[in-house]
Amino acid sequence: MDARVSAKIQSVFEEPACEHNQNKDEKARKKGCTKQLSPGAAAGGCAFDGAKIALQPIADVAHLVHGPIACEGNSWDNRNSSTSGPQLYRTGFTTDIGELDVIYGGEKRLFKSIREIIDKYDPPAVFVYQTCVTALIGDDIEAVCKRAAEKFGKPVVPVNAPGFVGPKNLGNKLGAEALLDYVIGTEEPEVSTPYDINIIGEYNLAGELWQVRPLLDALGIRVLACISGDGRYHEVARSHRARAAMMVCSKSMINVARKMEERYGIPFFEGSFYGIEDMSDTLRNLARLLVAQGAPADLLERTEALIAIEEERAWHRIAAYRPRLEGKKVLLITGGVKSWSVVAALQEAGLEVVGTSVKKSTKEDKEKIKEIMGEDAHMIDDMTPREMFRMLREARADIMLSGGRSQFVALKAKMPWLDINQERHYAYAGYEGMVDLVREISKTLFNPVWEQVRAPAPWDVPATAEEC
Amino acid sequence: MATVIDSKKACAVNPLKMSQPLGACYAFLGLADTMPMMHGSQGCTSFGLVLLVRHFKEAIPMQTTAMNEVSTILGGMDNIEQALLNIKKRANPALIAIASTGLTETKGDDVDGYLRLIRARHGETLAGTEVVYVSAPDYVGAFQDGWAAAVKALVTAFARPAATRVAGRIGVLPGAHLTPADLDELRELIEAFGLEPVLVPDLSRSLDGHIPDDFTPTTLGGATLDDIRELAACEHVIAIGEQMRGAVDSLATNAGVPGTVFDRLTGLAATDALVALLMRLSGKPAPARLKRQRGQLLDAMLDGHFHLGGKRVAIGAEPDLLFALASLIHEMGGEVAAAVTTTHSPVLARVPTAEVLVGDLEDLEQRAAGCDLLLTHAHGRQAAARLGIPLMRVGIPQFDRLGAAHQLSVGYRGTRDLIFALANLFLAHLHAHGPDDWPLPEAALAAARGAAPAGCACSAPAETVIPIIPA
Ligand code: SF4
Repeated sequence: MDARVSAKIQSVFEEPACEHNQNKDEKARKKGCTKQLSPGAAAGGCAFDGAKIALQPIADVAHLVHGPIACEGNSWDNRNSSTSGPQLYRTGFTTDIGELDVIYGGEKRLFKSIREIIDKYDPPAVFVYQTCVTALIGDDIEAVCKRAAEKFGKPVVPVNAPGFVGPKNLGNKLGAEALLDYVIGTEEPEVSTPYDINIIGEYNLAGELWQVRPLLDALGIRVLACISGDGRYHEVARSHRARAAMMVCSKSMINVARKMEERYGIPFFEGSFYGIEDMSDTLRNLARLLVAQGAPADLLERTEALIAIEEERAWHRIAAYRPRLEGKKVLLITGGVKSWSVVAALQEAGLEVVGTSVKKSTKEDKEKIKEIMGEDAHMIDDMTPREMFRMLREARADIMLSGGRSQFVALKAKMPWLDINQERHYAYAGYEGMVDLVREISKTLFNPVWEQVRAPAPWDVPATAEEC
Repeated sequence: MATVIDSKKACAVNPLKMSQPLGACYAFLGLADTMPMMHGSQGCTSFGLVLLVRHFKEAIPMQTTAMNEVSTILGGMDNIEQALLNIKKRANPALIAIASTGLTETKGDDVDGYLRLIRARHGETLAGTEVVYVSAPDYVGAFQDGWAAAVKALVTAFARPAATRVAGRIGVLPGAHLTPADLDELRELIEAFGLEPVLVPDLSRSLDGHIPDDFTPTTLGGATLDDIRELAACEHVIAIGEQMRGAVDSLATNAGVPGTVFDRLTGLAATDALVALLMRLSGKPAPARLKRQRGQLLDAMLDGHFHLGGKRVAIGAEPDLLFALASLIHEMGGEVAAAVTTTHSPVLARVPTAEVLVGDLEDLEQRAAGCDLLLTHAHGRQAAARLGIPLMRVGIPQFDRLGAAHQLSVGYRGTRDLIFALANLFLAHLHAHGPDDWPLPEAALAAARGAAPAGCACSAPAETVIPIIPA
């Protein structure tokens, strides 16, 4: 393996701030958080996919994929991260290497590609993504990027996370490493305020950030950089001057949060925008950290006042759905999202959560679920599609909330289903988001379509007496 | 007629092309009780799967040998072995169909050799499950090439010479550009003559969006292994798209089955040719309802030509789809002003336009300036918005619309519907004229003011005349 990539991977695996890691012994830690995949029974994206997910939301950058057509051609413009301005991140750039490049090396084509992009699009920076084939033939993207940066006088950032080094979550971290190595701290902001924060690991899917930003704006908290949702290159480059940071709970960018604390003394906390209590905790933590860093203390009171009003408004709106949702059974299968924070809102709306997945939850998460759902909480570790199908068919649940992958299991069982994963088009963050989620559940559950699709076809109806 | 040129750029911008292994797996998805698998790293399968899920809004069974850096360097034998055993145990399919990827091709894995070894080692465990392999490196060709290679591999592996031909049985080898609805239409057309079609692959039985009775981890339907074997006993084989010529030739050489390649089945003359062949093969006259359909198509052409005539259309599509669409636009009096495609094919030279570029959507966008309509897959949405012209989504992927599987564009009915769809788009975007639409040139204004003539009218820009491209 390219020595630099393997060193990076090792350092990412040794992440001290990751609680999963602290519970492992020396050897297990070396192996990292990536299970050996089982051929013929594997699912999920590659490290390149993960790196692209983590960085592509930086909207004004040209994201260039060095590799054959598979990596970019089959996947571009398929992520739902929203922008409030530049559209360049949605342009698919790839060297689309051919057979000759495989034989003679693709570095020349890569260099020329960078030049073409700068000539035609003049972005503030170009990010270059390594992929499997070009890594295997030994293309040195670091060297090419360095040369191009010198020649064109523009940041050209190598993102060395070829697919075959591991799964998506490793790629998230390797992508983040590229920011730490080449971007963060390379520019200075024009002004600094005691209210400057970074949000790390938030991708602004379906525009969720905008459900949260009005709250921050109202408190006078300035998002110096969001890494990376609706991001801009210069913002990220200047993000080292923030006073505090929030790391969004998925842990996908824990290395950025921790290293920024280490290098620039920016304290961070881990928080979530999903669920009403979580949103409030997040606001509280932000205020507390900022005040501890020297912001005026009245921020704390203002924050509490805002929380009180917004929480009440949300609960009040959710309660309106109670009469119709009371007693309906929900099966909640989430990926990275902390399920317990959503469970509370569902319960407030009168829904009964009959099962929830805990595949990626930590021990504390599981305790919390028990606390909320009772001792006999049905926690599902890993449910096969067939089991899900049966559970839904037998109507042990009225609706399933899950990621895109299990969508068809529900729909083919003619059961209501709501998308709560990455590619969804609805935003569920903050107080607004929880109300929206409950509204969507209600809309889905009471759609008249279910009755119709479950009615027997004319040829399946047994003949009745009247017909004789 | 068309000159075919390659893009000179180093960097592809906004790819039009998708990869070969995905095209191969797409073909495998048209086989019953099958698990398609890419021999490569997990990401390739994941991207392909997501792309097809978003296009069809259906679960897509597709596996990976989950190669990592170490296994790549050591060779993929162990991973293929484990994958086959795992799939056998979990899903027990009739067929496991493997496509290589750029990674394992670069390394040079001898998959055919591996498979012989694995068969010898696990013959009993794997009994009842066939395995087929097709080489499809990402850095060569495109989606339709992968499809073509896969079908050819299937036919070559399973269609053995038959002792007798079954009267009235017609093999159908559709190209990757036909939708499940197109396949249904073809089946009905052939059945209308009392013939019995066997479609390989058959996406109309797997990705047509039906609701199965139980959950299955493999494909939901499609051509069976017996269907492929029985291709050899067909009286005749019909292939749609130049891409299928390899498979047809393989059937002819190995099993002696006569075949006809239709380079398209969109358009009046193209459908007439198929109907003529079916009349000859069946010895039966065309049924009345087909005659009515033809009449309806003629009427649609007459009504539609007002709206398509003189329109400038830009098309970005794989070679066979490009040829079918461009031909129809041309036959309706429109001009194919820009044509961009993904890979080389003999059919490109016959596209009724001046030049076909093997390139990307950035090329198409540049060439489409001044066009009235863009025809390409859903990724053309950004270009169409910038150009301010309507986009008609054709081909794969169409992730932002429903019903892609049911888009029909072959036969009399399909051509009729396509003409209506095109004409309606133009009607919806009719340009209402304003007072400033016909300005006088400076010379005329000066003359009217009484100034001395500044030059002669010959300095006016030349009239653009739609070139007449012989059919
Ligand atoms: S696994 Fe490798 S070749 Fe496949 S998409 Fe990911 S980076 Fe590209």
